[in-house]
Amino acid sequence: MSKLQLPNTKLFINNEWVESISGNKFKTFNPVNEELICEVSEGDKADVDKAVIAARNAFENGVWGTTMTAEDRGKTILKLADLIQDHKEKLAQLETMDCGKSIVSAREDIDFCVRVIRYFGGWADKIQGKTIPISSEFTSITKHEPIGVVALIVAWNYPLMLLCWKLGPALAAGCTIIAKSSEFTPLTALYLCDLIKEAGFPPGVFNLVSGLGSTVGNALSHHLDIDKISFTGSTVTGRKIMEGAAKSNLKPVTLELGGKSPNIFFADCDIEHCVNAAKDYVFSNNSQNCCFSSRFFVHESIHDAFLTLFTEKIKQIKVGNPYDESNHLGPLVSKQQFDRVLGYIEKGKSEGAKCHLGGSKHHHADGKGYFVQPTIFTNVTDNMTICKEEIFGPVVVILPFKTVDEVIKRANNTTYGLAAGIWTKDISLALNVSNKLKAGSVWINNYDNCLPQVPFGGFKQSGIGRDLSEYAIQSYLSIKAVTISHKTLHAQQN
Amino acid sequence: MITLNYDNNKKSISIPTKIFINNEWVDSIDGNENFSLINPTNEECLGIIGLGGRKDVDRAVEAARSAMRGKWSTMAPLDRGILLNKLADKLEEKREEMATIESINVGKPIGESFVYDLKQSITFLRYFAGWADKITGRTIPISSSPDTSTPTRQVLAYTKQVPLGVCALILPWNFPLQLLMFKLAPALAAGNTVIIKPSEFTPLSTFYLAQLIKEVGFPAGVVNIVCGLGSVVGDAMSSHMKINKIGFTGSTKVGKMVQNSATNSNLKHCSLELGGKSPIIIFNDVENLDLVVIHSFHGLFWNAGQCCSAASRIYVQSEIYDQYVEKIKKQVELRVLGDPLNKDTHQGPQVNKNQFESILRYIEIGKREGATLVCGGKRFGNKGYYIEPTVFSNVTDVMTIAREEIFGPVMSILKFDTVQEVIDRANDSEFGLVGAVFTKDINKSIIVSDQVQSGLVWVNSFNIIDPSIPWGGFKSSGKGRDASEYCLSVWTETKTTVLDVKL
Repeated sequence: MSKLQLPNTKLFINNEWVESISGNKFKTFNPVNEELICEVSEGDKADVDKAVIAARNAFENGVWGTTMTAEDRGKTILKLADLIQDHKEKLAQLETMDCGKSIVSAREDIDFCVRVIRYFGGWADKIQGKTIPISSEFTSITKHEPIGVVALIVAWNYPLMLLCWKLGPALAAGCTIIAKSSEFTPLTALYLCDLIKEAGFPPGVFNLVSGLGSTVGNALSHHLDIDKISFTGSTVTGRKIMEGAAKSNLKPVTLELGGKSPNIFFADCDIEHCVNAAKDYVFSNNSQNCCFSSRFFVHESIHDAFLTLFTEKIKQIKVGNPYDESNHLGPLVSKQQFDRVLGYIEKGKSEGAKCHLGGSKHHHADGKGYFVQPTIFTNVTDNMTICKEEIFGPVVVILPFKTVDEVIKRANNTTYGLAAGIWTKDISLALNVSNKLKAGSVWINNYDNCLPQVPFGGFKQSGIGRDLSEYAIQSYLSIKAVTISHKTLHAQQN
Repeated sequence: MITLNYDNNKKSISIPTKIFINNEWVDSIDGNENFSLINPTNEECLGIIGLGGRKDVDRAVEAARSAMRGKWSTMAPLDRGILLNKLADKLEEKREEMATIESINVGKPIGESFVYDLKQSITFLRYFAGWADKITGRTIPISSSPDTSTPTRQVLAYTKQVPLGVCALILPWNFPLQLLMFKLAPALAAGNTVIIKPSEFTPLSTFYLAQLIKEVGFPAGVVNIVCGLGSVVGDAMSSHMKINKIGFTGSTKVGKMVQNSATNSNLKHCSLELGGKSPIIIFNDVENLDLVVIHSFHGLFWNAGQCCSAASRIYVQSEIYDQYVEKIKKQVELRVLGDPLNKDTHQGPQVNKNQFESILRYIEIGKREGATLVCGGKRFGNKGYYIEPTVFSNVTDVMTIAREEIFGPVMSILKFDTVQEVIDRANDSEFGLVGAVFTKDINKSIIVSDQVQSGLVWVNSFNIIDPSIPWGGFKSSGKGRDASEYCLSVWTETKTTVLDVKL
């Protein structure tokens, strides 16, 4: 493992590094060897208050909210994209160390961050309202104004990428930000702060308060002077965020939550192609992916052939040190997650499912690290725990089905609705099924292919609102209608 | 190759001047004319260029068509945007050189070309770079069912905004680089390939740009340049059977010819930015008349009056009329004519001998038809195509100088009394490019700007031009829009796909 220079670990407020008011710190660990990486300043409610004051001031009185042109806003955002590109390798190494994801996928994450930020930089001077024809006596316009001070809370599975997904549209819209990283993966967000300052964002536009959900997250969702909150994480926590928003000032809430997303393989699909594609996406990001497809519905006529081929491919997946570019699957992010996933595997076995492959801890090197074997369950019924609850680990359930109507019903039989995949050569079947699936993202003959221009988000309890695309910008705006009454020409005297 | 020396011969810029096809400079096949570029400041020859011919246009079209099938068409739109941003970066690096070229070739003051022409050019590139991956279509829930057995939900209808293909851009000599960017930026952002014909009088900034385009990494054939006469190269482009669209900025007279040829050949898409005789309307109730004077002064005299959007009819309400004329006269006295490369120069020469003589003729007509000559009215100096800033007052609507586009530093001030009257008089023109209204009153500002038949009307301002604001005229001032999201519809075509997905 390379000796990496760590970023500043204080809080970042008004473009300055400051100690938390309490002086407390929390620890962040390397999930590969369970070793301590470093200590990070732990913020609390008082620090959040300070950050909000800075962000509010920047929005109401600073150049960002007043005189800076939309063009310059866009240029500053593009400059940030350039800087992230320049620092790609350092950021990727830091992300792998903090998070455990493979270095290959960390680099892909950073590439995606750059494209997302570039995409949103281009929106800054294009946020247009409407004029609406009423009658000759009125001129009616809508102004799309930045909503104000926004809180962005992100999860630990794509620490930098999720932050970029949210700060792109927030900055393009002209908002100011208080961000909270996950306490498990605080480092790349900290590194980003220096790039933000270098890009030329004025003080107070972007602030970072590291800390725990129960303190910092809670303070953000309850704050009376925050205009909007956007959260990516578990459904359980998402609920708390929404509650906090409701109890305080009714701030609008965007939530990107969990999923139990199905992939459906119809009888006419190209099995070889499907299985090869699945091998790439199924355990990506060490399976810690809100889009993780834990339910594979396979038509009964191809079930056995599919299972055989899929098992063969999954056996080829190498588990190990994420810095080794030949490894596909690294460790889970923390002991908590590790225990949780193993718990679900045991539940699966105890509820009567057949553990077809894997099913226990993967022994890596000296036994350290939160590694779990790629696991496949068969003989699963829809009401088993492993078929209903989000596991967030490398556990796939293979479910045979007979008819189209049946599989649609079963695929939709979940409180979640984040994503779905459809594999078939038949265009009518594909589009019919995609009409009926209750999922925010439906992929046909591909899966988990996120793009900056395409909206991402969930139906039902997978979330509210969208990240990415023009749709994301909407959530950082307030619509103001201005209607002017004026005389008609004939009423005009001179 | 032409070399321009400036700054007391301490600096020089070399510009290739052949035909630019597939990122290479090549000799003309059938262009058989040499053309002298004349420096309007001193009437001396800057250099000789070989003009292109019809076969060069054919060759350029082939290159552009080929490029439509290559990397340019499979590249992710975001990557097209990245190239456009890189071109903007390059232009920023070479801002001084480009502004100098423009000032020498056109005769425009370096203060304007550096600060304004180059700024607009760079900004247009960046603005449209951001649109490249945002040109969305729609998915459409159809209103009624196609037949009794297909529910509407099982018909997927969607549109894609696809590039038109090979686009010809014909540009004028008054803002060579800036007006090129008005069209080039959105054309490329939308995924088209282009063939450019700069004016034969002012091709140098376009030639210089070609080098930057190659350096930045646009694939070969995406941008091609054939400089030649309107009657040869321009005609070859507008009547070409394999060009999908022509975008033209120039005079109304030539615009009509372009549209005719476009129609009679292959009905290619045609967008036109043409002439104007744009009115400014100044009401009695303006808060600050001095500010209005400055706005309207620049509205006419910018670029020595060589603007399609020149404020060439200034209507002033009677109560403040005499005061206004006096103040304008004082502004004229402050205007400095001189060497365009001198930072203190406000006004350079007219672009060439033809324009120079035409403007002087209009001035004589103005005098003959009875307008009052307030100041100016003749040549300035005895070398270079300079004309004194000229102001006529007591102009009436029937006078030639109030009806025909002069394209020179000749202001016409007319008097009016009431709102209805001035709106009718302002609209009594074949043109409708821009307009302006100066008033404090909320009602007049909205009503008058609504009623003036111009594509763009400024209220209490002039010349706020931005890539995000649509630019274009009503009536004979043109059709289609440059700039803004709106112009994307003239650089793309709507392709509708309707799928019946009933099982």
